[in-house]
Amino acid sequence: MSTVRHRPEGLEQLEAQTRFSRKELQILYRGFKNECPSGVVNEETFKDIYAQFFPQGDASTYAHFLFNAFDTDHNGSVSFEDFVMGLSILLRGTVQEKLNWAFNLYDINKDGYITKEEMLDIMKAIYDMMGKCTYPVLKEETPRQHVEVFFQKMDKNKDGVVTIDEFIDCCQNDENIMRSMHLFENVL
Amino acid sequence: MAAGVAAWLPFARAAAIGWMPVANLPMPVAPAEKNKRQDELIVLNVSGRRFQTWKNTLDRYPDTLLGSSEKEFFYNEETKEYFFDRDPDVFRCVLNFYRTGKLHYPRYECISSYDEELAFFGIVPEIIGDCCYEEYKDRKRENAERLMDDQEDNKDAKLPNMTFRETMWRAFENPHTSTMALVFYYVTGFFIAVSVITNVVETVPCGSAPNQKEVPCGERYTVAFFCMDTACVMIFTVEYLMRLFAAPSRYRFMRSVMSIIDVVAILPYYIGLVMTDNEDVSGAFVTLRVFRVFRIFKFSRHSQGLRILGYTLKSCASELGFLLFSLTMAIIIFATVMFYAEKGSSSSKFTSIPASFWYTIVTMTTLGYGDMVPKTIAGKIFGSICSLSGVLVIALPVPVIVSNFSRIYHQNQRADKRRAQKKARLARIRITKTGSSGPFIHGKRNGLFNEALDLTGSNEEEQRLSKSTSLIESQHHHLLHCLEKTTNHEFVDEQYYQQSYLEAGLQNYPSRSPSLSSQDGVTGTCCTRRSKKRHTPLPNASGPAHMQPLSHTHTQGLQELSTIHIQPLSTSRSSLNMRVDEQAALNCQGSQIITAIISIPTPPVTTPEGDAHLPTGPTHQNVVKVSAL
Repeated sequence: MSTVRHRPEGLEQLEAQTRFSRKELQILYRGFKNECPSGVVNEETFKDIYAQFFPQGDASTYAHFLFNAFDTDHNGSVSFEDFVMGLSILLRGTVQEKLNWAFNLYDINKDGYITKEEMLDIMKAIYDMMGKCTYPVLKEETPRQHVEVFFQKMDKNKDGVVTIDEFIDCCQNDENIMRSMHLFENVL
Repeated sequence: MAAGVAAWLPFARAAAIGWMPVANLPMPVAPAEKNKRQDELIVLNVSGRRFQTWKNTLDRYPDTLLGSSEKEFFYNEETKEYFFDRDPDVFRCVLNFYRTGKLHYPRYECISSYDEELAFFGIVPEIIGDCCYEEYKDRKRENAERLMDDQEDNKDAKLPNMTFRETMWRAFENPHTSTMALVFYYVTGFFIAVSVITNVVETVPCGSAPNQKEVPCGERYTVAFFCMDTACVMIFTVEYLMRLFAAPSRYRFMRSVMSIIDVVAILPYYIGLVMTDNEDVSGAFVTLRVFRVFRIFKFSRHSQGLRILGYTLKSCASELGFLLFSLTMAIIIFATVMFYAEKGSSSSKFTSIPASFWYTIVTMTTLGYGDMVPKTIAGKIFGSICSLSGVLVIALPVPVIVSNFSRIYHQNQRADKRRAQKKARLARIRITKTGSSGPFIHGKRNGLFNEALDLTGSNEEEQRLSKSTSLIESQHHHLLHCLEKTTNHEFVDEQYYQQSYLEAGLQNYPSRSPSLSSQDGVTGTCCTRRSKKRHTPLPNASGPAHMQPLSHTHTQGLQELSTIHIQPLSTSRSSLNMRVDEQAALNCQGSQIITAIISIPTPPVTTPEGDAHLPTGPTHQNVVKVSAL
């Protein structure tokens, strides 16, 4: 057990940088500190926590991608600031920011393009969370087919990759996706 | 879900935004958070010691006393606090459970008072953390055994309506129960002693007439000894027959060690009676008399110590075997060496290697009879090495055996204990795992039943149902539901998965016409829902609650379904609808969801087999339901 200890910046600074109120930050920090007394989350803890919500499947791959999305400075651990910044975008951000965040999640190597392989990895990770006992029974090619549908929808110029503009355009034209973006607004 | 992790639920839900662009289906509506208040501090006064905590902390476990509205009974209006007249030390553990999600058992606490406190606060002891669980279970078992011992002393009270046979058996097994039994016990003990002494005295040379050589008493007073022997054997025979008669399971009694000893003790006499004075067999007859000494083992019924010794030897058998084996090895080695060393000397007693065994054993056990001694120098050297090593070879294993014995004895008990605890713990973990997914699968039924009721506009059932799920649980279920929508698959539990997995080979999916599905989807399911409310004796659904309200909440969404969804799923989607109707009879009474960490999934009320294994059944039922409108 490493003796890394991290103390977050003051409440005022965080209040200024995120869109949370003081009380909300307090509640968030209490939960964060309870689970990670050292003040930072490493990938293992992150995976454990996320896996608790999906008891039937294996959430570790998706948690890995999530971890990379939250760990914006790529130092291998998520501090409270990273955590709260990410949450601020997801819960209180504009639709544009949320879509940006989602694009960042899918773009595993952060090169600005989503390739079919990257999307397939993400898709498999999502399907892994379902586990084995599903109805109808999960088949091997289900994630691949899902990726095909996704690319059909998103890849406008059919060049095999999805850029950020294609992504945002397409999402903004899709009613379902727009509606679902507002789903978690009152989470905190 | 652990308590601390519940605080991360907002994070998990926020992260679900990552699925949204990928999903093809519309997402379900998020549960509304009614009465959202700021978190407040609660004061809990336990026998004068004040504890304070956030209200949210207590709400994590809504099925316990502190987490539910039951604590309102203890609210003190004047001091604005909750007063409990209970032990404050144990309450510390209880409150820590809410804070950390782990229940600990303090060693200094008495097990029964701890159990009482847990029962009062509505906490199931099974969720004690791994760190303290062994200790808890050990103490609990000790306590239970102590209670059982107390009870056993009372067991001697005579039960009414015992048959004569049962009375006799009880008299034999517990001599303290009645005077007759005690008398019988002592009489048999006396006769065993008499018989053993007779056997011993028989061989002592009695005074002889001057002109005869000394004869043993047995040959001098043949008749007297024969009468004694007969009397003893008669008593033993009667006793054996009486025990055989009274035994509840005669076969088991005959196989038991004690009865075998009884038989062996009395058999030589009868064989001797049967055999005439035949010269050939008289040698064998003499041998049989040796078995009379086994009568001494009959004492083990009278002595607890003997029984324990026998059990000890039996349990120590492997160590004894090892000692014997190592001794044998050493004996063979040294006997060989001594034989070849003494081969040269004349008139040596070491005539062969087996003959040297005797010398080696006597030397190694430091007996040293002196009937065989080495004469050559080499022999003497090896002889001294032999006696020195004998000390080591004998002396070393004996303490090892003694300590082994006590170690093995305790270890056996502990191994059994641990095995039983491991099984129980695995079962506990399994229950937690299914428990955490179980409520979701049952919650799907009720949660969406809620939405259905919203549409059909009945209010009271909705309120009743919404009371039973905590906000955190409903949010968690909503999250899982979003995942289902994203991947276009559903969570089912193990049972149903295996059934459907088997039937994937049996059923012929493409035979179902898609038109039937959309028809059922739009009209059938909505209406069947209403019709179910009238037809109460419909079979209830088994474990997997199918999402017939998939089509329910977004009827226009169903049209989207048929266009957007992936081709291979279409046929299974249709059968899903079939299956849904056939199995979709909900618990109209609205089963209560247990949201504890350990929640036993509500057992299915009906037989799922009947429903699931009829491929043609659903069709009929479909038709019936639609026409029932």
